[in-house]
Amino acid sequence: MSEQSKPEQGRSKQGAGKRGAAKRTATERNTTELARLHVKKTYKLYVGGKFPRSESGRSYAVTGPDGAELANAALASRKDARDAVTAARKAHRAWAAQTAYLRGQILYRAAEMLEGRAGQFTEELSAATGKEPHETLGTVEAAIDRLVHYAGWTDKFASVLGGANPVAGPFFNHTKPEPLGVVAVFAPQDDPLLGLVEAIAPAIATGNAVVVVASEAKPLAALSFAEVLATSDLPGGVVNLLSGKVAEIAPHLAGHEDVNGIDLGGVEDAALAAELEATAAGTLKVVRRPGTAGSSLDALRRWVEYKTVWHPAGMAAGVGGGY
Amino acid sequence: MFEYAPAPESVRPRIRDHYGLFIDGKFVDAADGSTFKSVNPADESTLFTVAEAGEADVAAAVEAARRAHESVWGSMSGAERGKYLFRIARLLQERAREFAVAESIDNGKPIKETRDFDVPTAAQHFFYHAGWADKLAYAVPGGPEPRPLGVVGQIIPWNFPLLMLSWKVAPALACGNTVVLKPAETTPLTALMFAELCREADLPPGVVNILPGAGATGEALVHSPVDKIAFTGSTAVGRSIAKAVAGSSKRLTLELGGKAANIVYDDAPIDQAVEGIVNGIFFNQGHVCCAGSRLLVQESIAEDVLARLKERVATLRLGDPLDKNTDIGAVNSAAQLKRIADLTATGEAEGAEVWQPECALPERGFWFRPTVFTGVQQSMRIAREEIFGPVLSVLTFRTPDEAIAKANNTPYGLSAGIWTEQGSKILWTAERLRAGVVWANTFNQFDAASPFGGVKESGYGREGGRQGLEAYLDV
Repeated sequence: MSEQSKPEQGRSKQGAGKRGAAKRTATERNTTELARLHVKKTYKLYVGGKFPRSESGRSYAVTGPDGAELANAALASRKDARDAVTAARKAHRAWAAQTAYLRGQILYRAAEMLEGRAGQFTEELSAATGKEPHETLGTVEAAIDRLVHYAGWTDKFASVLGGANPVAGPFFNHTKPEPLGVVAVFAPQDDPLLGLVEAIAPAIATGNAVVVVASEAKPLAALSFAEVLATSDLPGGVVNLLSGKVAEIAPHLAGHEDVNGIDLGGVEDAALAAELEATAAGTLKVVRRPGTAGSSLDALRRWVEYKTVWHPAGMAAGVGGGY
Repeated sequence: MFEYAPAPESVRPRIRDHYGLFIDGKFVDAADGSTFKSVNPADESTLFTVAEAGEADVAAAVEAARRAHESVWGSMSGAERGKYLFRIARLLQERAREFAVAESIDNGKPIKETRDFDVPTAAQHFFYHAGWADKLAYAVPGGPEPRPLGVVGQIIPWNFPLLMLSWKVAPALACGNTVVLKPAETTPLTALMFAELCREADLPPGVVNILPGAGATGEALVHSPVDKIAFTGSTAVGRSIAKAVAGSSKRLTLELGGKAANIVYDDAPIDQAVEGIVNGIFFNQGHVCCAGSRLLVQESIAEDVLARLKERVATLRLGDPLDKNTDIGAVNSAAQLKRIADLTATGEAEGAEVWQPECALPERGFWFRPTVFTGVQQSMRIAREEIFGPVLSVLTFRTPDEAIAKANNTPYGLSAGIWTEQGSKILWTAERLRAGVVWANTFNQFDAASPFGGVKESGYGREGGRQGLEAYLDV
């Protein structure tokens, strides 16, 4: 046990050191290793468990804070958003029907996968935000810990939020939270990994499927996080990730008849957020307005609604009413 | 069938000729002098006139509620707030018969229902929530003691006027909010009697304000500087309210329409199921958002169930709401009667087979015979739209999967019913139904301790139970 945990405990410092070394070799690479051509990654969407390009064929350049081009990301279209909703709806029922224990294990598995790739995410976050690697490593570790936290919630929130109701009659009466279904999530713009995890984890822990629009300017960590989810036994379609322009995609998700909830947390333009909320009213979606925060239980409660089941408990109590 | 001698209720409540708005603990007329009249739907006679609140009155009421929240109610200890609510519950119990008769007269529903259901359940809601007032820290786990929202605007429908008032007012007050409530324009009477009762209970002025009026009054309330809107009514109005509060900081809970499936499996206890079907759709003339208006019966027993259902429906007594033997009273208004008649006509036009028992209708007033449609297809309007009347659409299914698919094939998701003797089938079915409330081997049960509310286009938020408090706390 101690042997296994030792390298884990030491990883953060060593990891940071290694990445410092990696930076140096990158400089050397330009001078001494010209023969080795760096293999760049193509960042694609994550829809229905697959990694497609935008059906529109479009992409946009993602730059770091200094303006240097980092990569191209797919520029998702209306059709991509609709495909993602279809994939989410298809995945939702089976995901919600899984045992809470299994959902917890899969979220924990995602934490394991993220831990294993902490170095990559630290670099991606540093490139995206300009922050020092030791700082972004802390963010990655916080994201891992949030996944672990929500992994432990899956088989507990229902007993905390629901329960038996002592009604004034001979009835068994029980309330439990159920997922809303499909939730469209606009991830925070300036917190591309931790904020993303904090938005996704409670929604899927409670059995929802999500369509997530990543941070518009900093989508790369989110698109890499899709690779973590894809290797965590999470069924395809439970989480779908889109990169692109919030203002372009959002109205289609807000107005989509098969979306049950919409998280406007990452919509920074207040006028757009108000407009999206008004659009969402057309199909009576549950809306999280920007700027609302709370405990993890608040986050879990946000995307559930309560179902109450009655059954007679007395032999003579067959039906109600006075007829 | 036995003939019953008339058994009219003898208690007659004192109904005034005119009621004002109840603002800041006083009855006042509308700033612009507007009034409207309330009609007895059983004989179309005018019962009383009542002031109609306009924008200025809404502003005055919201200001009064704000003052009351800031000066007395919001800072009062939970224990003291609770004692006011206990007192209100007791007064309602004491005056239960008077309220029941008044409700029956103003609404048209049978005295049997107001006496045995509406008024006792309303009192229970105050008694139940009174006990929460000093225990809110236990209601929402994981945080500090939750705070009230402030001033709440509440808009309620005409189908259960006093009961809907209690569902709204009791939790709001228990959580430390003050309220401005608009009763429905056709049924303001018991809300105004409740205002008198608040005075009798010495409730501080401004904690409860009652503003009779129609849609324009409700709209003014939605746009007023309240902290939250709670609405029970149609999905169409719910949508427009959700649009109106978009981009603001106003909270919103909505309890909207429904088109509940009542599923009868071939292993159901048939006699009980028939009673449940009748209760599900004919309770309160079918003016129930969670009414079991779509009967889904397994094909192999459909003929038997329908025969017994018609036999049972033929024994229902329609007539004087104040007669203690009446099962089906008057439809609440001429407008609602027209809507029911129009939708029923589309059912016939679209090819469904209509059946009604032969029963005499009173000459005056608004009446509609209990109606059963068979041969209904899912595409027909009578299978898709909320009729809000005593009209049942019967569809059949062959397998449990088909029952679930048909039951969920609606934008609504308020309630559903299941009839089978097999426990595992109940739980299997309940798990798959997209509805906020599921009644198994029973129907139309309500309790202050049991959360009520819908999913999908039936709205969001719960009323009743611990979960219902979330709607009135800053959580």
